[in-house]
Amino acid sequence: MRKTSLDMVYELAKRDPRVVFIGSDLGPDTLINLKAEFPRQFLMEGVSEANIVTMAAGMALEGKIPYINTIATFLSRRCFEQIVLDLGLHNTKVRLIASGGGMVYAPLGPTHLATDDIAILRAVPNMTIIAPADADEMRRLMLQTVEIDGPIYIRLGKGGDPIVSRDDLPCEIGKAIPMREGKDALLITTGVCLQVALAAAEALVAKGIQTCVLHLHTVKPLDKESILSRSRTTPVIVTIEEHTVIGGLGSAVAELIAEADFDQPKRFRRIGIPDVFPDQYGSQASLMARYGITPEKVVETVAKLVGRS
Amino acid sequence: MNSPITPESIPLDARSKELRRVIVQTLGAGKRGHVGAAFSVIEILRVLYDDVLRVDPKNPLWPDRDRCILSKGHSCLALYALLADKGFFAKEELLKFCTSDGILGGHPEYGKVPGIEASTGSLGHGFSFGVGFALAAKLDGKHHRIFVVLGDGECSEGTIWEAALSASKHKLDNLTILVDYNKQQTYGTIEEVQRLEPFADKWASFGFAVREVNGHDTGELLSVLGSTPFEPGKPNAIICHTVKGKGVSFTEKNLSWHHKAKITDAEVGALMSELES
Repeated sequence: MRKTSLDMVYELAKRDPRVVFIGSDLGPDTLINLKAEFPRQFLMEGVSEANIVTMAAGMALEGKIPYINTIATFLSRRCFEQIVLDLGLHNTKVRLIASGGGMVYAPLGPTHLATDDIAILRAVPNMTIIAPADADEMRRLMLQTVEIDGPIYIRLGKGGDPIVSRDDLPCEIGKAIPMREGKDALLITTGVCLQVALAAAEALVAKGIQTCVLHLHTVKPLDKESILSRSRTTPVIVTIEEHTVIGGLGSAVAELIAEADFDQPKRFRRIGIPDVFPDQYGSQASLMARYGITPEKVVETVAKLVGRS
Repeated sequence: MNSPITPESIPLDARSKELRRVIVQTLGAGKRGHVGAAFSVIEILRVLYDDVLRVDPKNPLWPDRDRCILSKGHSCLALYALLADKGFFAKEELLKFCTSDGILGGHPEYGKVPGIEASTGSLGHGFSFGVGFALAAKLDGKHHRIFVVLGDGECSEGTIWEAALSASKHKLDNLTILVDYNKQQTYGTIEEVQRLEPFADKWASFGFAVREVNGHDTGELLSVLGSTPFEPGKPNAIICHTVKGKGVSFTEKNLSWHHKAKITDAEVGALMSELES
């Protein structure tokens, strides 16, 4: 997914001289084609993320469209004030390509685990947050990033993630994608957790449970209408995300449905990382399993809520 | 510098007194403000706006304008006085300082106040904005210049030195930073809180061409600002030695005048009285 996102930066930069790539201290093979062919659109600025974000904001005020890439936590945590003030308040057209969203960097420990980035960024006015499910969807979304006003946070998965997105469905920043329909339960998810949701939905069929899967590649702005229209007619709603359950997609959905004044009561659960720092290394998959971000856990949760466990 | 710079010694001329009176009027309207910093930075901004910056107050977003960023945003009372004087906005706005129907807040805002190039207030941001402006200008082959006014206390921020590395790497000789070196911050002196010396050496070691001036001497400021770039291929640093609260006996070097949240009519009167004498 990272490779695709950077390949897309190259494609965008080739078409639009306003596009500038800014890395911090990335691998020596990063965008060598861009550096060779368009050296004025390639910058590698060193381990100085806070300066990079504000510098990019300055360049954006001068008409550039900077795409910054580094590890997700170094953007969302270290640069929070720069993001709030210099990207959010100034509403600058800066794109943050955040490597290793969620628990991708499991072997590297908690300093590198972006388990709270969506919560942090969701609180910033003017911010758009996208978390594609796979490389194909990344390509479709990256093409749209040039035109969107204001800052965009682009959350990357591990890379090599199974392709589960579909090119036969409309893909537009800000619009949720209904991946399948079902009247018994609604699964709402983002990023690579779409895999988990689709696998769970398939397994739930065997239990006679028809599940709707709503994929939010854009967490902010939240596609309220898509969520509300399906929530209204579905008794069970479960969110799935590779992120703390505090402040992320699950919280956003909870806030929305809590204020929706539905006629019928809903059963609602958030599946995600509990309020802890992950305490193991291993792999992204092993940490996902540790916190129950798995099809099995989703099936168990939905079946129980539907009353067919 | 061979002889010591003594910003205390220089008397204020009529324009410097008038600008300070405008600052006090604005302060009185909002009943609050950072007085000490406004009085220390005012000659720096005066020379920039009177004699150096190529700007058009009637067309504040003119693409070829010089950019000036007040990174130490808390001294905005001084900047507002100059911007109003130049006609970026109506002088009546000054009397709505910090009120709900005004555009002038306790820190300057981009997009709200004509002539403000970046919202500042949280320290350590303006310099990086300036690097972005200067780098964009270089990449696009444009010839406008970028000036960033920093506080000395602000120079404790890590981003200042990150930005300095970047400015030097990109050979941004179209960028000039001016440090309002009044040697005081909120808690006490710079020397006590977080010393900066050898300050000029620090900037030089980061790849800047450095000059030191009396920051209240308009002639000296004009002369040094007129000679940028000091060395082709190097960003410019001007360390402006100033006095916090300069121009009024009881505000000079007086920590209690760093910021006033509830200024009284009597205090406004006392300030005016000294500035009218």
